[in-house]
Amino acid sequence: MASPQPRIGVITYPGSQDDRDALWALAANDAEAVPVWHEERALPDLDAVVIPGGFSYGDYLRCGAIARFSPVTAAVVDFAKDGGLVLGICNGFQILCEAGLLPGALLRNASLRFLCRDVELRVERNDTPFTSRCGLGQSLVIPVKHGDGRYVAPAELDPAQVVLRYVDDVNGSVDSIAGVCNWAGNVMGLMPHPEHAVDPLLGSADGALIFASLVESARERLLTTA
Amino acid sequence: MKATVLVRPKQGILDPQGEAVASALGHLGFHVATARVGKVIDLDLEAADEASARTEVEKMCEQLLANQLIESYDVEIHA
Repeated sequence: MASPQPRIGVITYPGSQDDRDALWALAANDAEAVPVWHEERALPDLDAVVIPGGFSYGDYLRCGAIARFSPVTAAVVDFAKDGGLVLGICNGFQILCEAGLLPGALLRNASLRFLCRDVELRVERNDTPFTSRCGLGQSLVIPVKHGDGRYVAPAELDPAQVVLRYVDDVNGSVDSIAGVCNWAGNVMGLMPHPEHAVDPLLGSADGALIFASLVESARERLLTTA
Repeated sequence: MKATVLVRPKQGILDPQGEAVASALGHLGFHVATARVGKVIDLDLEAADEASARTEVEKMCEQLLANQLIESYDVEIHA
């Protein structure tokens, strides 16, 4: 029997940029990639959601602050609160923080420079639905491209919520944090862009491990609920 | 009723913009120990009196205008 293809939605806000790459990366990793427009008040039938990078609503006020009030964001928050898998990349990470699904906030890079280059990450947890295909402590090369990626953690952040760290200081993030998950482990955000590193032709295919993990986790959930 | 909201980076939060401004002022011959860069939001709103305007604007700050993990805010009401 062929294994079922999980349906994974990718949200497009006004100003989203990496939605098409995220859709492509999901399809390349054997998911049915479903575009979801920001005006939708309810999500279609989905097994996971990806909020992609970009500059939703022009990053006005603070990155992610306006997208938080978009109709679809309320649906994503409900989906996450019901235990649904949600991955936020770059601006998606900022939106998840503003929406209160993830702890912390992302501020202007300490260098004040927009960064666009490959960085090395270390996998701090491989027991999450987003990193299950990675080895613990594995090094991943994935590009960053952001001006506001300096992670600030709230006092209550449990170090166990840190999923990915930069090997070298990239943007001034506290404890070199590149990606965190919520307490329940079903929501993760990261500043680097795994969707831009899913094929050796792009310089690295390490990002595919994140997508393969997500697709596999979504498929497992699909099988257990079927 | 008019209101002005001042949003500042919280104490202890690194403000590289402020550091760049302090450094630029130094290049011009001004001596400042520190500079912090925030933002100003001017609002024009309907309110019965100053107290209710203040309550309303503080709610706006808590829900949207400031992220209290990283920012503090002050509200000024102008009759």
